[in-house]
Amino acid sequence: MRWKPSRPIPAALLAAALLASLLVLAPIGWTAVLAWGVGAAGARMLLFRPLVGELLVNTLALISCTAMVATVIATAAAWCVERTDLPGRHIWAVLAVVPLALPSFITSFAWVSLSPALQDFGGALLVVTSSYFPLIYLPVAAALRSMDPSLEETARSLGLGLWQVFARVTLPHLRPALLGGILLVALNTLTEFGAFALLRFRTLTTEIFAIYRTSFDNSEAALFGILLILLCVLCLMAESWSRRQARYDRIARGVVRPASRVALGRLRLPVLAGFGMLSLVTLGVPFGMILYWLTQHNSAATSVAAANLPDVLSATWASLRLALGGTAVTMALALPLGFLATRYDGRLVALLERTAYLSQGMPGIVLALAMISITITLLRPLYQSAFLLMVVYAVLFLPLALVSVRAAFGQVQRGLEEAGRAAGLGWFATVWRVLLPLAGPGLGAAAAMVFVSVITELTATLLMAPIGTRTLAVQVWANTTTLAFAAAAPYAALMAALSLLSAWVLARRFGLVRGV
Amino acid sequence: MTHLNFRRRGLAFGLSGAIMALAAPTLSYAADPEVLTLYSAQHEQVIDMLTAAFTKQTGIKVLSHAGEGPDIAHQLVQEGSASAADIFLTENSPELVLLDEKKLLAPVDPKTLAAVPPQDSPSSGHWVGVLARENVLTFNPKLIAETELPASLLDLADPKWKGKIAIAPSDSDFLPLVSAVLVLKGQEATLAWLKGLKANAQVFDDDEGVVAAVDRGAAATGIINSYYWARLATEQGMAKTQAQVYHFDNGDAGALVNISGAAILASSKNKDAAQKFLAFLVSKPTQSMLAASDVDFEYPLAAGVPVNAMMKPRSELHPPVISLEALGDDQPAAALLREAGLI
Repeated sequence: MRWKPSRPIPAALLAAALLASLLVLAPIGWTAVLAWGVGAAGARMLLFRPLVGELLVNTLALISCTAMVATVIATAAAWCVERTDLPGRHIWAVLAVVPLALPSFITSFAWVSLSPALQDFGGALLVVTSSYFPLIYLPVAAALRSMDPSLEETARSLGLGLWQVFARVTLPHLRPALLGGILLVALNTLTEFGAFALLRFRTLTTEIFAIYRTSFDNSEAALFGILLILLCVLCLMAESWSRRQARYDRIARGVVRPASRVALGRLRLPVLAGFGMLSLVTLGVPFGMILYWLTQHNSAATSVAAANLPDVLSATWASLRLALGGTAVTMALALPLGFLATRYDGRLVALLERTAYLSQGMPGIVLALAMISITITLLRPLYQSAFLLMVVYAVLFLPLALVSVRAAFGQVQRGLEEAGRAAGLGWFATVWRVLLPLAGPGLGAAAAMVFVSVITELTATLLMAPIGTRTLAVQVWANTTTLAFAAAAPYAALMAALSLLSAWVLARRFGLVRGV
Repeated sequence: MTHLNFRRRGLAFGLSGAIMALAAPTLSYAADPEVLTLYSAQHEQVIDMLTAAFTKQTGIKVLSHAGEGPDIAHQLVQEGSASAADIFLTENSPELVLLDEKKLLAPVDPKTLAAVPPQDSPSSGHWVGVLARENVLTFNPKLIAETELPASLLDLADPKWKGKIAIAPSDSDFLPLVSAVLVLKGQEATLAWLKGLKANAQVFDDDEGVVAAVDRGAAATGIINSYYWARLATEQGMAKTQAQVYHFDNGDAGALVNISGAAILASSKNKDAAQKFLAFLVSKPTQSMLAASDVDFEYPLAAGVPVNAMMKPRSELHPPVISLEALGDDQPAAALLREAGLI
């Protein structure tokens, strides 16, 4: 690929894309510089101590166990939904994805308030598995759907049993989907903060917060931050490698014929019971516990601290305000970058786009600490401002927005834009009057997804909310960490409702979940 | 087409306008005499009670920013003279001692200082003691009998306690305890004690985690402030609570009583209003409100205000006698914790 694009890039567009890259790279660079300050001897002392070993073991053991359990559950569920005559499979397909819309620290709040006995490895495994198994379910179900059924049918006709077909034909086809899903689970587990902090389960991420709380020095937290970034980037690289690997394509083009479904027969009831259990654990308990604590409102439990209506309203407004602003800033960064990536070529463009995706490897806590440190040192007017928090949201969710923005722009026929240019419009006018209206629905979906993500974001909000601002997430956190479960419930309920509602609208409007 | 174009351009202005409007309300805090900014390491429920009552009484609004004592102190040092904070209210004295050493605090009104016992405020008069919290050992009677509990906090380093104790070394309440051992027993003994704890203890993030672990039977004993036991017992109901409280005696380091204090930042532009807030904190009605609230389980420092009925009266406690200055700023304690591998 050449550095120079075949068409010149307008300066304003290039500047906007460079700004986005700078916002992603600056916190990483700042963290690295702070960590450098520890020095070689200091770093050796800090990194090679028993505590770090324990944290790594905790984190890695949790990731591997979650990956195993979630793989089994997700694959079994996806196969039953896509390949059997399971009754009500459209509903089960939706229920298997809904946990994604429930923030994992809300799930964590629910389980911890059910029993403090879950404040352990078992509890952490339970919470992350039930929050993240849809990340494996979704790609596996999609792979099953797009697989040519004649492969499985041929294997059956050659005399293989159901299990043998699954193991020898289906599973190899699912491997890329499974691997991708597992790496996403690993990445989420590495960066998860709220769920583990409430469960009092210690990982590298919670330790960074603990160091920040007790230390008078930025550099130690930065050193752990760099370590965490490295692990995340490793996951990302493996994920993109797995996507390039082993792709199974059908040679015949056209619509895939749906696979014939296996009759469950006597297994119907046990399988239904299994799906019932899954939904009970992933959705029933969280919602049940929120409702339980809501009804405890006027009894003994409120004595620790009661939520009152003005507080609930002001937290809701704060959450909405930050989410709207955060979405606007995110889209302002994603639009030029997405346009650049779909309409121009050259190595520079590819580099800019990849830099934006790099922010997936930056945990919220590391980003927040870096931005606090940067603004306190260099950009005082932005320090503690709502705008800075919105920018942090934008960096966190830029990759999410960029995927959809890119897809939306990609679907617009270039010919229409060229017609616009031929009619005498400048490039900006073409974008504004031709491209944006055509790509509108896709861009709307991107904005909606960012909105949901910001509403449910905890870590950066907790560290960076402007003085006097308390969002729904911050209130759930403040109450749950001080064991005031009943006081946390109204905030948790509102947050779950807002998040589910937006997800539902998104699914209805854009058909992101099949069968809705 | 012009119409459409205009509408779209309107959208662009609208979008940028919306970002600014959403961001603006918090971009500027001028030194409004009717708004105080409070940095607090106290529990937010306590802060909400206090600020609501203060606003009702004086009409002065209070914005609060919450965190843990050490991180807020660090933040205040970094912010320096440009800090938005007028007041710092914390759970333990060492953070205030540190800020006083860095010359970041302003003198407190002598009338406010006179409302609490002189030994509970520093001799510099740069901050005032507001409440006190007691260090205790929480235990689960199903796992260990009260008669088997140690006479001293330092006994917990003995190998026979292996696997029977829970601690939260990264909780800001643990550092002052280490500082107390350091004052009473010296550097070497403290390090040996911490290394013993490291070998014996299960480590949790905070005191809430420790008391919950003891309550569910995951650990036999745990080092906490009595505050957290009272909170758990209130939320769960006493009948459902397994964990109980054991008080160290005879001036043992484990019986340390920490002082929660408040200070006015030297950089504050609202010192008059801030002085009013500090006077409000130590006033009898405020202290009675906190003690009766079932939200805060600290000992009131104003004379004649009884502590919450769940707590052992302060006159029956036998804490070690260590001055606030001698207890210091926690920095040596943090270094020892690190050396012992606990944080």
